[in-house]
Amino acid sequence: MTNLITSSSLRAENVSVWFGERQVLKDVNLVFPANQVTALIGPSGCGKSTFLRTLNRMHELIPGAGLAGAVYLDEQDIYSEAMDAVSVRIKVGMVFQKPNPFPTMSIKENILSGLKLSGRKIKDADQLVETSLRRASIWNEVKDRLSDQAISLSGGQQQRLCIARSLAMDPEVLLMDEPCSALDPGSTRRIEETISELAESMSIVIVTHNMQQAQRVSDQTAFFLAEEGMPGGVVEFGSTEQVFNGPIDQRTNDYVNGHFG
Amino acid sequence: MSEPVQRRKLVAGPLSKGDKWFFRSTSIAAHFAFVLVALVLVFLLVRAWPVLQSQGLGFITGNTWSPDQKPIVLQLGPMLWGSILIAFVGILIATPMAVSMAYLIVFMLPKRLAKAFTTLVDLLAALPSVVIGLWGLLVFTPLAASWAEVLNKYLGWIPIFGVSNAENGFMSSPFIAGWIVAVMIVPIITSVTREIFSQLDKDLINGALALGGSRLSTFRKVILPTSSGGVVGGVLLGLGRAVGETVAIFYVLNLTMDINWAQLLEPHGGAVASWILARFGEASGTEKQGLMAAGLVLFVITLIINYLANFIVNRAQPWRKN
Repeated sequence: MTNLITSSSLRAENVSVWFGERQVLKDVNLVFPANQVTALIGPSGCGKSTFLRTLNRMHELIPGAGLAGAVYLDEQDIYSEAMDAVSVRIKVGMVFQKPNPFPTMSIKENILSGLKLSGRKIKDADQLVETSLRRASIWNEVKDRLSDQAISLSGGQQQRLCIARSLAMDPEVLLMDEPCSALDPGSTRRIEETISELAESMSIVIVTHNMQQAQRVSDQTAFFLAEEGMPGGVVEFGSTEQVFNGPIDQRTNDYVNGHFG
Repeated sequence: MSEPVQRRKLVAGPLSKGDKWFFRSTSIAAHFAFVLVALVLVFLLVRAWPVLQSQGLGFITGNTWSPDQKPIVLQLGPMLWGSILIAFVGILIATPMAVSMAYLIVFMLPKRLAKAFTTLVDLLAALPSVVIGLWGLLVFTPLAASWAEVLNKYLGWIPIFGVSNAENGFMSSPFIAGWIVAVMIVPIITSVTREIFSQLDKDLINGALALGGSRLSTFRKVILPTSSGGVVGGVLLGLGRAVGETVAIFYVLNLTMDINWAQLLEPHGGAVASWILARFGEASGTEKQGLMAAGLVLFVITLIINYLANFIVNRAQPWRKN
């Protein structure tokens, strides 16, 4: 069905980030083209998750959060006056580290929750629920129990439900913050398959600590690093093939080969 | 077939002599609470029994209290209903206030301000009932009476805001008593709700916001449903206190045995606890027993409400089990 190329590119330009007085990211420049999966890797505390949160304006929810630079979606600065956070978040979906289905809602209600939360009209609810669940490859497992509580699902299923919930909003970009870190290997593999399928219709940015995962799912990779006492930044950015097999920077080489972090 | 394996007996007992004493003293203290409740119940039951027996069901349904009549008639109906009515009004006023306050403290205010606010609300709980009663009588009543007058003027066609005669004024009504009760139960509802809100998984809220939710829609569709059990529990705990409220209501309400069903602005009403306070000083003999019986009724109602509160808090959130 949706093999249409509807995704657009997302671009971060000189993004710097502060928490209060402390700068945690400096001058990040990255491009996330349509239909590409980009992996953000790096040791804990290098600011990659923080950076991810600047891409859908979730960063600003933290008290004391500061930002410089710009993030362009369809050549429009998402932090400009003309854009509001809600419309940004509708276009740029997010999947969290820990599955977070809404516990009071059924599977079906979870899928439709984004539309309800953002106050948008639901046209063909059943169709949308099916399409979204199919795209997240969980339809066959839950089609007979759509009115069951979402929390009755296993952890892996819950995470795919959360992916489906984001897909129901028909986002142009999907951000994933270590989506498999709380899951078993089987569930991880299924989500990775889903990621590859989804990349046909959108741009995906995934933060991961798992080097193999980055190599399996991504087309391009950005390596983040924060030197002692310094704000984090991108050390190397290129095709996944190049970053893992022929890194230019020595630090990248050390990291991807497990010498630190 | 193999023989069943002999299981060994495992006892998680005290680990030392000091432990033994600790175990003993804590268990005595714990049982003491039970014993105390039971003793109060027995005491009330023994004292109240003759009246309950002679008055029958009329004790809680009838509306005559004449200790001088022969045979004596002691009926509590209007007071009992008044307690329920006032508690209901109090909760209707207090709940939105308390929930907003808790939301503000947990989700909106910077940490330092949130702490100050929390202390302030808790301080409200520490105010003696008699102080609130006096404030209610001297300061709040005239103010609330003017609100009541406006309510009656514009919404008087709704039965609950109607009065039999506006000349009687708008003081000493269940409306005002409800406000006073609200002031007293806001702290407890706030603190329970605050606790529930702060235990909410932040990822649920972030998830809702990341899906394009606004603060309002996130509150209505995610935060409130997820914490409803706890909030209802808090409200019921408040209700438990509201029903038993004595002194403060005594000051602001005109207690009459002329039942006031739901005319909130009418300048009279009832409240069991206040009735006990009002009558006890000059009561003797059978009437005193009647007041004990009233206390017993109040006690039972409070127990039921507290039980319900616990039940709902535990039941309404099945996902909290693990």
